[in-house]
Amino acid sequence: MTITLNHFSAALVFSFFASIVFGITHRDNARDMVRYGAYCFVMFLGGVLVAGWAMWVLKR
Amino acid sequence: MANSTTEKSKAVPAQNISAMAVLAPAVGWLIPGAGHMIQKRWIRGILLFVSIVALFLLGLAMQGRIYKANGGDILEILGFIGDVGAGGLYLLSLAMDWGQGAIAFATADYGTKFMIVAGLLNFIAIADAYHIAIGKKQ
Repeated sequence: MTITLNHFSAALVFSFFASIVFGITHRDNARDMVRYGAYCFVMFLGGVLVAGWAMWVLKR
Repeated sequence: MANSTTEKSKAVPAQNISAMAVLAPAVGWLIPGAGHMIQKRWIRGILLFVSIVALFLLGLAMQGRIYKANGGDILEILGFIGDVGAGGLYLLSLAMDWGQGAIAFATADYGTKFMIVAGLLNFIAIADAYHIAIGKKQ
């Protein structure tokens, strides 16, 4: 089986699973884990979007 | 001098290494999330297992490459260290000869990185399981 993901969907999948692990391992209680996981997810995707737009600006 | 050395050695608290503090990281390395599960952190363990295994299997499905311990340049060694963190998944991949094909398209490199990151995330999960075992974390 071969899966081909484009750049954004690969970043989405990566961010989702990495955020789950970060949330669980970096906080002590369930509520903080969910909040930190969500924070990491937003930061990952935000970073991707900012970097993408920055490269678009630099290319012009 | 000898007196101060004796005092220093007395000041260091004795490490109380339980069997779980050794077992949890070992099991966690072999099966991602299992270090949490044997300490009855079921939900955390299952979420870690699903996340790490999904990343690793997606990497394989994207035709990513598995690094071997054959030395070579520094990037190969670093890739191997990342991959080996996935424990049982890495051993299974070597046994089944998965992830050995030539990279045929650009996004296959993402697959290679997915597997390295899965291994590195498992190292974090192992450390977390150890901290739970020694009582540093609930």
